[in-house]
Amino acid sequence: MEQATPDPERLWQPAPLEPLSHPDAGLESMMTENNFSLKKIEISVSEAEKRTGRNAMNMQETYTAYLIETRSVEHNDGQSVLTDSLWRRYSEFELLRNYLLVYYPHIVVPPLPEKRAEFVWHKLSADNMDPDFVERRRIGLENFLLRVASHPILCRDKIFYLFLTQEGNWKETVNETGFQLKADSRLKALNATFRVKNPDKRFIELKHYSDELQSVISHLLRVRARVADRLYGVYKVHGNYGRVFSEWSAIEKEMGDGLQSAGHHMDVYASSIDDILEDEEHYADQLKEYLFYAEALRAVCRKHELMQYDLEMAAQDLASKKQQCEELATGTVRTFSLKGMTTKLFGQETPEQREARIKMLEEQIKEGEQQLKSKNLEGREFVRNAWADIERFKEQKNHDLKEALISYAVMQISMCKKGIQVWTNAKECFSKM
Amino acid sequence: MEGECRASQARSWGLPAGGAGGDSPGGDAPLPGSISSSSLLQAEVLDLDEDEDDLEVFSKDASLMDMNSFSPLMPTSPLSMINQVKFEDEPDLKDLFITVDEPESHVTTIETFITYRIITKTSRGEFDSSEFEVRRRYQDFLWLKEKLEEAHPTLIIPPLPEKFIVKGMVERFNDDFIETRRKALHKFLNRIADHPTLTFNEDFKIFLTAQALEFSSHKKQGPGLLSRMGQSVRAVALSMRGVKSRPEEFMEMNNFIEIFSQKINLIDKISQRIYKEEREYLDEMKEYGPIHILWSASEEDLADTLKSVASCIDKCCKATEKRMSGFSEALLPVVHEYVLYSEMLMAVMKRRDQIQAELDSKVEALTSKKADTDLLTEEIGKLEDKVECANNALKADWERWKQNMQNDIKSAFTNMAEENILYYEQCLATWESFLTSQTDLHLEEASEDKL
Repeated sequence: MEQATPDPERLWQPAPLEPLSHPDAGLESMMTENNFSLKKIEISVSEAEKRTGRNAMNMQETYTAYLIETRSVEHNDGQSVLTDSLWRRYSEFELLRNYLLVYYPHIVVPPLPEKRAEFVWHKLSADNMDPDFVERRRIGLENFLLRVASHPILCRDKIFYLFLTQEGNWKETVNETGFQLKADSRLKALNATFRVKNPDKRFIELKHYSDELQSVISHLLRVRARVADRLYGVYKVHGNYGRVFSEWSAIEKEMGDGLQSAGHHMDVYASSIDDILEDEEHYADQLKEYLFYAEALRAVCRKHELMQYDLEMAAQDLASKKQQCEELATGTVRTFSLKGMTTKLFGQETPEQREARIKMLEEQIKEGEQQLKSKNLEGREFVRNAWADIERFKEQKNHDLKEALISYAVMQISMCKKGIQVWTNAKECFSKM
Repeated sequence: MEGECRASQARSWGLPAGGAGGDSPGGDAPLPGSISSSSLLQAEVLDLDEDEDDLEVFSKDASLMDMNSFSPLMPTSPLSMINQVKFEDEPDLKDLFITVDEPESHVTTIETFITYRIITKTSRGEFDSSEFEVRRRYQDFLWLKEKLEEAHPTLIIPPLPEKFIVKGMVERFNDDFIETRRKALHKFLNRIADHPTLTFNEDFKIFLTAQALEFSSHKKQGPGLLSRMGQSVRAVALSMRGVKSRPEEFMEMNNFIEIFSQKINLIDKISQRIYKEEREYLDEMKEYGPIHILWSASEEDLADTLKSVASCIDKCCKATEKRMSGFSEALLPVVHEYVLYSEMLMAVMKRRDQIQAELDSKVEALTSKKADTDLLTEEIGKLEDKVECANNALKADWERWKQNMQNDIKSAFTNMAEENILYYEQCLATWESFLTSQTDLHLEEASEDKL
């Protein structure tokens, strides 16, 4: 396991495969902030429990709650002490993430595991209450927490800390931040995407990349599910040999033993596919994480487009005000304005009125220039920070996906070895018939 | 038991070829037995000296078989060779070699049909020449089979491939269908050639040698359609009777046949299903690899790894194809042949029962009516001989058949297991080399952590 470093700026890679395959693995992480004590902590989502309760409309509902345990690790003896343990449900994880999205728009926020089972092949239940699904979700939620905890910036967030430590009232605390109000409206974002004139080229490329990534991983997952389904069929049909051989062996004298024992091996072969495919689900989950990460990438791009559009609009507005001011001052009307029209229709305004207007415009222009300056600054800072996180993300992605592909190969190797063993045994039985 | 077997075998060999059982046994000199193995056909293929010990001639190398379309798809594992040799009296040389090939389509105004070329090579004296080439169609094979059944009602005649295959057949003359049928017909003739009695059947000889006109005129002889129909009506009536007085050993035999038939049919279905599932698996896998290539186009660091994965998947696809073709060549036809054999066996059982029933009805007639006792007694005497011959012929052939069945099934399944082992070994090698290439390039994340 990787050790925490005292330097929060260091780009840190968690070991994502560990969390996904070993339920109790934690990750050491450090939280440094004014209120937080400097210690190493381990986070794990150790249990899942079915609960019933009443929802907002006072109707009975069933949901799953997950136990989050936080342990602090003493430097010297490496012993871990349970410091906090509380139960959270999926919707609370969602709330946390939405909050993070609003407050850290320049960060590629780690995604949650899927809400509903997608890319299922026939054996896998699409039911949210199915124990296999719950188990995989538990692992996914743990992975999410570990990713946040190991992010140099996100790990310092107070709401995140409270999520891990304060069971009651946490929802209220989050809502009190008013983050929902701060969130950009989807409509605004969409508008900006279409109308922005000069977004940073790198973000355009990133957006394309995330679209491609999403499309290719979806496709891959779909076909993988179909392949799994077929493979399941091949293995399971062999199981039928087992039964028939056994029945046949009853009438055979010399062949009987061989048939019977070969049949047993066919049964072994048929049942081996269950474990094999379960392992493959974990691989699929690793791919799914990056499928959902694509959306997080797009969110950062959208924020940039929004800020850029805002900036462009502010610049445009400033330019037009300056224009108006100039026209009023020089008395020439070059651009169409409502004032100009009404003046023509209802008569000229008094010089006092004109002066007042010019003054107002000049103030507005001053303000506008300030705003433009700060927006510009904000925009550049955003681009800088976002791009730093994107670089961090890229490295993480390359590392993780390569690991995942290697683990896929390892799974195939294991499957082949099992196959060789079973068929060697079966062949021996057949040759003894 | 074995001694009895041998004696009866000698007897059946002594019967004039093509003669119906029932006459007193002819000459006692056992005719040269033939080894029901393909090893000497291999000898032909490899062009080796015929005197060579057939075990040395044997080659397990499947590629040799593939080289020559003449080779029958019979078991060629050393074990089955040994087993087959054990059960023959004298491992004499095979002297009749038959191949079926070159399907050709013929179109007439009335119909379209396929003929197959049949080449026979022999050193037997009773054949006018040492090489023959004729063309026969499926109908002709049917005719041959019926003649053999007539002549030897209680011998286990090899099965013919079905007339039609109902499901999944769009067109009767689909290439796969023709090829499967050709192989089955080839096997059919070779099984007859290997059978100690049937190989000397006159109709068989004519089938192999007669040219078109001679053959069609020969076919027209013999009991016509109506008389054959009449016979079968009588047969049904009698067969019920025969069941009641069936001797113990034949009850056992019948029991075996019933259960065997059930099981082999199931195995046939299972095997066909496996083939289908594998085909569908292969189709999906073929789509799976290229997606990784597509993905690699948008990546930089990951591109090589993704392309490697794609190539591994492709290699596994090829291995799957190979496994499937092995399966469909070695296992499916064998299992299917035994499905047809099981139907054949039931028919043989019935015919035996009929012969017995004939006797029983005469005996009953004797005890009830007193008239014509002399005639009846004479008839009964003949029928008793007939029954004894029929039973002995069946018993001997049954042992032979069972032994062959065991060998065939054993090798077919052993072969299947081998194909699977090979498949997994190939895939294993592919993925292992991928793994080493990845860990060679990137030392920080060793695969040993994961294994």
